[in-house]
Amino acid sequence: MADKVLVLVGTKKGLFIAESDTARKDWSLRGPYCEHWPINHAIADPETGAIYAGGGSEWFGPAVWKSDDLGETWSHSSEGLAYEEGKEPVSQVWSLARRNGTLYAGVQPAGLFSSADGGNSWSHMDGLQKHPTRPDWNPGGAGLILHSLVPDPDDDGRIWVGISAAGVFGSDDGGKTWETRNKGTRADFMPEDQRYPEFGQCVHCVVKAPGMKDRLYQQNHCGMYRSDDAGKSWVSIEPGLPSAFGFPAAAHPRDPDTLFLLPLNGDSVGRYMPDAAAAVYRTRDAGETWQDLRNGLPQENAYFGVLRQAMATDSLDKAGVYFGTGGGALYASNDEGDSWVAIAEHLPAIHSVETVVVG
Amino acid sequence: MNQRSDSAATANAGEVNVTLAAPLADLFPGAPRRTSVVAGNVDHMVDALNDKWPGMRDRICDTTPKIRKHMNIFVEGERATLETPLAPGADVYVLTAISGG
Repeated sequence: MADKVLVLVGTKKGLFIAESDTARKDWSLRGPYCEHWPINHAIADPETGAIYAGGGSEWFGPAVWKSDDLGETWSHSSEGLAYEEGKEPVSQVWSLARRNGTLYAGVQPAGLFSSADGGNSWSHMDGLQKHPTRPDWNPGGAGLILHSLVPDPDDDGRIWVGISAAGVFGSDDGGKTWETRNKGTRADFMPEDQRYPEFGQCVHCVVKAPGMKDRLYQQNHCGMYRSDDAGKSWVSIEPGLPSAFGFPAAAHPRDPDTLFLLPLNGDSVGRYMPDAAAAVYRTRDAGETWQDLRNGLPQENAYFGVLRQAMATDSLDKAGVYFGTGGGALYASNDEGDSWVAIAEHLPAIHSVETVVVG
Repeated sequence: MNQRSDSAATANAGEVNVTLAAPLADLFPGAPRRTSVVAGNVDHMVDALNDKWPGMRDRICDTTPKIRKHMNIFVEGERATLETPLAPGADVYVLTAISGG
């Protein structure tokens, strides 16, 4: 069977799946799945085709949904996806990731869970709760959420998380112990002499660059950054971008120097496309220079935002790039951002976009 | 729940009639809108539902533990908590509250 590309679109009212052959010119859309639950993030296992969708229902609480048949049928579970009695209960699943047969889930209030049986049951990785800074974590606008979840695909011990608004944390021992990884990132909302704290930064998205052991990129509430030492220190890569504010970041599938960002106009001036004209920004040199990519994107009246998990690349050559807006439009590029088309419009507010190529 | 009321609930357990909200029943393939279970209080009733349809407790209750904020359980027309006792033959409704946008 020929390969096909699935774009998994988590929305406020369920999961949608856009599907195309590898040319990525003609798309079909199906859904909504997951009983219209708000889905914050969905991923797929390219080896098995299993799709996992995490979210939380105002009625029914948090769960991870699973489909083994590319979305035709679904089951859901939150067995073990819970803090101990008396603690503030888990309200939503915010992020999912997989590595070597283990599935990870980041939740609200911020914490990390793992599953060794494909999401049927979960165990709390409580090391993060034992970090000495934990009592002083404060929520961001969306709550105290663990939204960025980055296991190192080449090192089972290493994992990074981004928590709004506690900052970035890294573990080298599989999640047993954690360190803050925020050196060099700003907290512009703090008093002038406290703008580089150990933790408390409002991280929006952390991604790992492929093929370089220690390179990470970060979109923050206050700036865009690169780290070449596994998050131990960060350098600003903002020059050449229209603002220091945005939500998502998407790494290239193979080139560690290529990154895609979607800067918004600023945190206090509406949080929409700069000058209401949409552009994805791409670097080919690890953030030294930036190119705005506008071909096919609306260049007037673009008053939309794009959330932290709502941009992704695919694994094909040339890489596809995709993003979904708060207004329910899904844009796709099959040429690494050089040109764009809207492949869905009028969806519910889009929370997340991920891709998988399956046979 | 304290041990004494828990014991009393077990001792007084009888069959109760449970009506499930459609969005709840729909989450569990094969679950009917109406069923009956043996339980002496709401907490045990939720456990009995969970025995029939694993995972249903998590959809009705959080881990405080209490009935979820946007779920309601009515016993003989009165809003209940997990501690509310159930008399044999009681009519219980598990409903979704107004929520969302």
